[in-house]
Amino acid sequence: MISDFIWANSPILLVAIPLIGAFICPLIGKVSTDVRRAWVMGIVTLTTAIAAIVVYRVYTEGIVTYVFGAAASGMTVPMDSGGIPIRIIFTIDPMGALMEIITAVVGFSVIFYSLSADARRSGLEQYYTLFLLLIASVMGMVSTGDLFNFFVFIEISSMACAGLIAYRIERGRAVEAAIKYFIISTVAAIFLLFAIAILYGEYNALNIAMIASRMQFTPLDKVALVLIVVALLAKCGAVPMHFWTPDSYGLAPSAVTAMLVVASQASLYGLFRFVFTMYNLTFTAGMMGWTLIIIGVLSMVIGVTMAIPQKDVKRLMAFHAVSQTGYMLLGVGVGLAVLGNASLMDQFGRMAMEGGIFHIINHAMYKGLLFLTAGAIIYRVGTRDLNKLGGLGHQMKWTMVFFIIGALAIAGVPPLNGFASKLMIYESVYLFNPLLSIIAMVVSILTLASFVKVFHSIFMGPQRPEFSEVKEAPRPMLIAMGILAFVVILFGLIPVQVVSTLISPAAHALIDRAGYIAAVLGGV
Amino acid sequence: MRMSKIVRTATDILYPFIIIFGFYIILHGHLTPGGGFQGGAVVATGTALVLVAYSWKELPGLVSKNLLWFQESGGLLLFIGAGLAAMIIGFPFFYNWLAGSGSIFGTPVAFGPNPGDLNTGGFLPIMNIAVGVEVWGGLVMVLLYLLSALEREERA
Amino acid sequence: MFLNLPYVTVVLLTCLGIAAILFKRNLLKILLGINILESAVNLLIIAIGYREGGVAPIYTLAPSTNMVLPTPQALVLTSIVIGVATSALLLSFSIIIYRKYGTVNVNLIRELRE
Repeated sequence: MISDFIWANSPILLVAIPLIGAFICPLIGKVSTDVRRAWVMGIVTLTTAIAAIVVYRVYTEGIVTYVFGAAASGMTVPMDSGGIPIRIIFTIDPMGALMEIITAVVGFSVIFYSLSADARRSGLEQYYTLFLLLIASVMGMVSTGDLFNFFVFIEISSMACAGLIAYRIERGRAVEAAIKYFIISTVAAIFLLFAIAILYGEYNALNIAMIASRMQFTPLDKVALVLIVVALLAKCGAVPMHFWTPDSYGLAPSAVTAMLVVASQASLYGLFRFVFTMYNLTFTAGMMGWTLIIIGVLSMVIGVTMAIPQKDVKRLMAFHAVSQTGYMLLGVGVGLAVLGNASLMDQFGRMAMEGGIFHIINHAMYKGLLFLTAGAIIYRVGTRDLNKLGGLGHQMKWTMVFFIIGALAIAGVPPLNGFASKLMIYESVYLFNPLLSIIAMVVSILTLASFVKVFHSIFMGPQRPEFSEVKEAPRPMLIAMGILAFVVILFGLIPVQVVSTLISPAAHALIDRAGYIAAVLGGV
Repeated sequence: MRMSKIVRTATDILYPFIIIFGFYIILHGHLTPGGGFQGGAVVATGTALVLVAYSWKELPGLVSKNLLWFQESGGLLLFIGAGLAAMIIGFPFFYNWLAGSGSIFGTPVAFGPNPGDLNTGGFLPIMNIAVGVEVWGGLVMVLLYLLSALEREERA
Repeated sequence: MFLNLPYVTVVLLTCLGIAAILFKRNLLKILLGINILESAVNLLIIAIGYREGGVAPIYTLAPSTNMVLPTPQALVLTSIVIGVATSALLLSFSIIIYRKYGTVNVNLIRELRE
């Protein structure tokens, strides 16, 4: 009975449970801090379990739809509506399910980490409220099949992110980072709403599948497409609008930073969803694909060159995040550029897309791991300046091991997961345009060089007298890093199985417009 | 920064009417223009009037932050709870299972223009009430925190 | 022409908002620019749903059934609620910035740019 209930309603429970958890959190925090910790942990565990159910459903049953407020959850098109899906519909395909895996795994380990790392700070009721709101909104962004609902979730996520970035004021600097981030994301969201208004005025629908089935690709649609692409690229931190990433990733608490990476990737998911599913780009995909490729290459190069001279360890990692976003844009952009050509698509386009999508999940894991190790170092040592750090390998052995795993994964060294996805991108992009592939490899080498320098200046060298009291990070923080490190190694050891079970269906779901439309509108 | 006697007296007289008007907008949200957010904003405006007319030094006696927290969380929980209740009796989230059921807010509605009956709408009025309570708490809280910045400024 | 007036206003408000965000140096004026931009989009959505001679889409004592589209109005209401929250958050950020830095001039708020 109860299992049927959870099975049938799992898509909405994915959003409703963290929301309830967030709203009860301030009330329950008044009882005692231990109760609150247990509550937050319980909620995030439950969310992870529900996410596992949803993902299992999607990979066994195909696209899962869930209609709000209808008499039955499968009734996507009401009888008396004239064939228009008027309600809010959650449409979860394998691509959305993949993002849900990322959110659930990173969210779980990050909350586990944060409960230990922030235990001694004050004012945590609102902190965990915002954290759970962020998880709920990211889950909503990747589940929803409704344009306006996507806008609402993206606004909730940027509000929660801004609140979390500014949470420790840090003499005003964190607030400065947060206001920069929030102005960018508010303007981006307004542009997105502008595009939604145009599309709604044209097609009289807000459902993505409905708009996709009616898409004419008029000049007005192109205006809307430009607005959507600009807004979502700004939200995911690609190059022309990347300047908020180092500030906000650098100043936010480390657990929050790991979650911010996931939130930016959810915007990237939105970009791919709109470009692939909503627009019929088969004829003009080349231009759009090249736009993504050029922005991706610029992000890769500028991100890594800005990262090398940085002195602040978290700012450095943030610039690497910009650079890694470039890989995803490059991979998926190549797939988009040859979308109209079936033979090229089979030759390398599909593989490039799989590489880009695989890189999304890999990046969330190893970048989360790296930010958590940086947080552990800051937690124990109290400084983030690379010139002042040194010799920590003597005391923080496990943190060092996790840092090595993360650093080798981001540099693309076998047998870790970064190597698997980067190899797919290199191979397929080489067939498309050898120069792009060479640039990607050079960026990868520069990434390795940068992380060797960081590793050397943090962990190597003789034990410094001022750090003689430093101890290993607390055990819960190590366990949280261990979860992410386990995923990093696992995906690196069995990449073929991961690609064939998780990634290929996701890439196929993006290409297969007709399947998405049919899942909502029912066999058109 | 306490305002003059005239303003304070006018506030005392107006305050109950503003609150009642706000509640009217909340409760009739499913019949007339308005609803939870608008009504909650009107009620919060009433509270804001009190906060402006009297000084922030007297704030702790006028509004309680604990109550506002409770209002905010409670309103949102009522909202989600109304959605979850539909799931518990076997329908999807947010299904309006009270409409036309004959119980509270359950009178069936005639098609087309009608004079309007308060006892209709299913759980839309319940959601309006939830949103109204939440917006009231939330907006007053925003005002309080912004005013407490002013307070620190004057002290400095 | 008369029916196009809302769209002309939308264009003007959009330009005004973007100009304020790009060229004003005062943080509060930038926030005002964001709010103007938001109003422009809200006006656009409302204008899309209008139909000539339509009345408010409320059945209580409705004078006629020739009504404007209710969905855009619901969308705009949601967008206004989001706008209120956004402005409140941005204003509280600017209060903290003013208290810590002593200025709201964006050229002088540059602790992070080194």
